[in-house]
Amino acid sequence: MKKTFKLDELDCANCGAKMENAIKKIDGVNDCTVSFVTQKLTLDADDERFDAVLKEAVKVCRKIEPDCEIVIK
Amino acid sequence: MKRKQKKILARIIISAVLLIVVKIFEPETWWLAALLYAVPYLIIGYDVLRKAAINIRNGQVFDENFLMVIATIGAYATGEFTEAAAVMLFYQTGELFQSVAVGKSRKSISALMDIRPDYANIEREGVLEQVDPEEVAVGDEIVIKVGEKIPLDGIVIEGESFVDTSALTGESLPRSVHPDEDVISGCINQTGLIKVRVTKPFGESTVSKILDLVENSASKKARAESFITRFARYYTPAVVFAALALAVIPPIFAGGWLNWLHRALIFLVISCPCALVISVPLSFFAGIGGAGKQGILVKGGCYLEVLSRSGTVVFDKTGTLTKGVFNVTVIHPERIGEARLIELAAYAESYSTHPIAKSIIDAYNADIDRRRIGACEELSGRGVRAVIDGLDVCAGNDKLMDEIGVKWHPCHHVGTTVHVAVDGVYAGHLVISDEVKETSAEAIKALKANGVGKTVMLTGDSKEVGEDVAKRLGIDEAYTQLLPADKVERVEALISQKSEKQALVFVGDGINDAPVLSRADIGIAMGAMGSDAAIEAADIVLMDDDPLKIAKAIRISRRTIRIVYENIIFALGVKLLVLILGALGLASMWAAVFADVGVSVIAILNAMRALRVKD
Repeated sequence: MKKTFKLDELDCANCGAKMENAIKKIDGVNDCTVSFVTQKLTLDADDERFDAVLKEAVKVCRKIEPDCEIVIK
Repeated sequence: MKRKQKKILARIIISAVLLIVVKIFEPETWWLAALLYAVPYLIIGYDVLRKAAINIRNGQVFDENFLMVIATIGAYATGEFTEAAAVMLFYQTGELFQSVAVGKSRKSISALMDIRPDYANIEREGVLEQVDPEEVAVGDEIVIKVGEKIPLDGIVIEGESFVDTSALTGESLPRSVHPDEDVISGCINQTGLIKVRVTKPFGESTVSKILDLVENSASKKARAESFITRFARYYTPAVVFAALALAVIPPIFAGGWLNWLHRALIFLVISCPCALVISVPLSFFAGIGGAGKQGILVKGGCYLEVLSRSGTVVFDKTGTLTKGVFNVTVIHPERIGEARLIELAAYAESYSTHPIAKSIIDAYNADIDRRRIGACEELSGRGVRAVIDGLDVCAGNDKLMDEIGVKWHPCHHVGTTVHVAVDGVYAGHLVISDEVKETSAEAIKALKANGVGKTVMLTGDSKEVGEDVAKRLGIDEAYTQLLPADKVERVEALISQKSEKQALVFVGDGINDAPVLSRADIGIAMGAMGSDAAIEAADIVLMDDDPLKIAKAIRISRRTIRIVYENIIFALGVKLLVLILGALGLASMWAAVFADVGVSVIAILNAMRALRVKD
């Protein structure tokens, strides 16, 4: 499953790159891109584990850039 | 400016004033100085300190906040109070500039793509209501007033108007629409109220497809971008370790550890790779935005990169270089008038469903009075025979003429020839051909001028027609009578012929070209507005039918790539220079801050140049 999320307050380009790398390392993630310009996170992960993966991704993001928030609709 | 930015601006001003005041009263005793300088330092730097503390707890050692804090506290510890506070101040000012510049760029790029409709007017119980376009169903009737965006694709059922398609196609000339004509979402209704029956749900309408494409373009990263993010991952640790080495190793041999420590701190300030990481994707996105403004949709930065290397451009003929509409282009009557020849041919063909018959009837352009037609017979593969006003009229190819024993002669014009005989006497012929687009010849010339070495045309059409078109347009090679599968083979052969560095571009109308579009290095679909298959298979979509846009797309891609390399070289160059000067003790911490945030701001401004496209 592939989903796109908005990233609020993503102000530092390098943090975006770091997040992308860190999320890619989460178990169950097939692919992930963080676009600093569009402030978007595209997450491609296994269907059945998607929610757990997303939760982990939120945690990872907060660790790297405390101000930045993944907006979950 | 956002609220957050205003707050930082206020802090910058307060801290700057305090810093000047403290500087004027230059305290005598060092502990008083340390205390007083701490005030402006903390005002400007408390959030950096806070973030550094949080991040270090999270194990983020190579975080830019943390490195900034070490650098400034280090300066403080070595007694450079003014410098510590001023560097922090300068850093925050640079960050502010950077965030304003990034915000502006994001805005101006998204403004280009501002085609999302906010609402649709739907009539319910006689009252016009504004609803979310997503709630409108297929078959609903919507009203579009003057100045409003067309929210969904549909068919006009009432009213006439001119619509501005420039946001989608880059074409500034408005298009007129009448009842029973299709309109596409994203256009702006300019002159009259129209009523439209919706034919596609919002999620599948043109506007959604384009927005999707643009938004996802950022996730298809170019090689230059991946390179720079990979580079950034090693850059920071490398610089930090270099700083460590600089602080420890030289003093062992030469002494003067305070001096070396200061130089090492300069390294820490330069260690953030932000300028690089920001400017490369921003340049690509600006390039994609600028192309979008021209009606050229690029699906990702990686495609701009490949497009800039295009060396061979392969065209499909019908619908790409030609209009794909068959028209009567030549009328050669014998013994009767031109109008009479068309009239007879149109009457004879009036019951036929063949595309050629349709174009003859279109050329006649008057109502057909079926009472004038007597017996009518379709002779498959040859033509038609009909009795019109009592005359025996035969219209068809040379085989038909031979069959009825009429002497005919070939036409020197290339195309499909329809001979007409009246009561067994030759009356002349019509030639039906696909017209070449007005801009095709110019487009080929523009490609050559932009360094495309080879142009090739592939077509399923006959040898004469194909070669004639190729010759008239100045295309180097033409391959005719190809089946769709042959086209793929041909493209593969062409790919193996060209040099590794150059890319092969295939341009088609996207209707039956999907396999070739995806096989080529870059597939460009044109006139594809609304065609799902084309948008799916192509890497670049031209929103209008103009082949001239191909050369323009190549120019945009080259310009974008140049800006990307300028930014990479500039940012790395300045950083390297300041690192060397810093190691030699020739650069101050000020220069280091410039090499960090100043370079970022300049690179961002440079990236935005990709947004502007010259004609």
